Amino acid sequence: MKFDFDLLPDGGISWLDASGPEGHVVLSTRVRLARNLDGRKFTIRTTEADREGILAEVVEAGRKTTQLRDAAVIRVDAVEPFDRQLLHERHLISKELAGLEGGAVRKGAALITNGDVAVMVNEEDHLRLQCLSSGFALSEAYLELDRLDTELGKELPFAFHQEFGYLTSCPTNAGTGLRASVLIHLPGLVLTKEIGKVLQGLSQVGLTFRGLYGEGSEVVGNFFQLSNQTTLGKSEQELLEHLGTMVRKVIEYEQQARGILERDAPTVIADKVWRAYGLLRYARTLSFEETMNLLSGVRLGVGLNLVSDLSVYTLNKLLVFTQPAHLARMEGKMVGDPELPTVRATYVRQLLDADAARAS
Amino acid sequence: MQCDHCTDRPATIHLTQIVDNSVTTRHLCEQCAAELGIQTAANVANPLSDFLASMGKEQDEKAPSGGEAGRCGFCKGTLDDFRESGRLGCPRCYDPFEQYLRDLLRRLHGSSRHVGETYVAPGREVDPNEGKLSELRDQLRKAVDTENFELAAELRDRIRVLE
Repeated sequence: MKFDFDLLPDGGISWLDASGPEGHVVLSTRVRLARNLDGRKFTIRTTEADREGILAEVVEAGRKTTQLRDAAVIRVDAVEPFDRQLLHERHLISKELAGLEGGAVRKGAALITNGDVAVMVNEEDHLRLQCLSSGFALSEAYLELDRLDTELGKELPFAFHQEFGYLTSCPTNAGTGLRASVLIHLPGLVLTKEIGKVLQGLSQVGLTFRGLYGEGSEVVGNFFQLSNQTTLGKSEQELLEHLGTMVRKVIEYEQQARGILERDAPTVIADKVWRAYGLLRYARTLSFEETMNLLSGVRLGVGLNLVSDLSVYTLNKLLVFTQPAHLARMEGKMVGDPELPTVRATYVRQLLDADAARAS
Repeated sequence: MQCDHCTDRPATIHLTQIVDNSVTTRHLCEQCAAELGIQTAANVANPLSDFLASMGKEQDEKAPSGGEAGRCGFCKGTLDDFRESGRLGCPRCYDPFEQYLRDLLRRLHGSSRHVGETYVAPGREVDPNEGKLSELRDQLRKAVDTENFELAAELRDRIRVLE
C-alpha cells in the first residue's frame, strides 16, 4: 500500500516551524509513555491474532478520547518499506516499529496520530504514547500526553504494580514508563571540544544522549538527543524537572562556548559558516551526511547572526526533506538511486535561493 | 576458517593482541569468544546483556531458575528467556520473578519503588490500604537487609494489622 501523507494532520511535522522556546538551539522535545495491557503477553511473545486484538482494543479506546477521536490510524504493517522509512525519518515511528532493524515489519504494527499526540501500537510495549513539540517544551508536551494517558487508562486496563509502577517488557522502562528527550544542536561545544565533558557530566546525573534518530543512532550534524536514563524511583514531575534543569544548563554552556568562539576566533568561525553556506548554495552533489554537517555550520551562523537571509524554518525543513526516503519520494526515485546526491544538491539550492531572494 | 578454540564452528571473530611486542592473532567463533570473556560488537550491542548475565549468576546461586518453579504461570516464560532476550514475557512475570527483578530494578534505576502517578485499572476496586501496605513491606525489606530486627518486628506487626 502506498501511504498518503496528506492524511497526516500537518504532515506530522508541525514541530518543524521553530516556533517553540529556545528554537535556535533546541529543535524539538519528545515525551513518551510506555504502557501495556494487563492479562496479555508482551509484544515479543504475542501471536498475530493477539496483536490484532490489541490493536482493535486500542483503536476503539482511542475513539473515546478527546484527543484521538478523529485521529488517523496508519497500519504500518500494510505500508510499503519505502514509506515506513519515511515515517521513521519523520520521527513518527521508531525503527523497530518500522521494521527497519532487520527482519520483517511486525503484523499489527500501527500508528494512531492526531498530529500532536500519537500512539504506536504493538511496539516493544503494547502502547507507546508520544508527543513531539517544537523547541524546548517539556511540561507542555507532558501535559498533552498525560491527558491522553488518563483518558486511555479509563478505557484500557494498563498493567500496573503497586511497588514497580507501570510494567514494561524491558525493566529499563518500568515505573513511570516515561522517557523525555530534547533534540539539541551543540556546535559550539563540539568546536570548543567541551562536549565530551558535558556528556560525561550528564551521564553522572542520570541522563543519557543519543543521535538524531534515537536509540542506537549516531550523532550527525552536532545534533544530540538528551534524555532521562532512569524511569523508576522518581515522579514524572521530578524526571521532567531534572532533565529540564540540565538541558537549561547545557543551553547556557552552548551559549558560552559560542561566545568564546565569537570572541577568540571570529575569523575562523565566520569562514567555517560561510564555507558551509557556500557549499550548500552552490554544490552540485551532496551526500546526506555532508548535508547534515554543512547545515550544522549554517545553523550556527544563523544563531550568531552572521547569516541573516535564511530562516530556522528553512533549515529545519532541509533537515527533514534531504533525508534519503523524503528526497527520493519527492523526486519519484528509489532510496538507493545514484542520482540522489545530485537531486539533493538541487533541492538545497532551490530552498536557499528562495530564502535569499525573499531577504533581498 | 575454523575456530582455534573449539576447532569445530567457523571463526567469525579475529582477535589481534600485542603483548610485549609480540603479535598474536586468534580466530574464534562467537560462542568461544563469549566463553573466553572477549568483548565483541555482538555482545556489546545489548548493554543489558553483560549486566543480566552477571546478575544471573548470583541469582543461580540463590535460587535455581529451571523447572516449573522458575516459570511464569501466565506466559510460561523463564528467567533464562529474559536473560537471553532482555525482555520479559508478560506483565505477570513481575510476580514470580519479583525478588530478582527488584534487585535488577534497584541496580538499573537506583530504586525499585514507583513514586509517580498511581493507577487503578477500570473496574478494579481501590484498596485504601494497598499503598500504605506496599510502603510498609518496602520498609520491612530494608530493615531486614540492614539487620534492624527490632524495627522489622514492629513493621511486620503493623502489616498484619492492615492485612
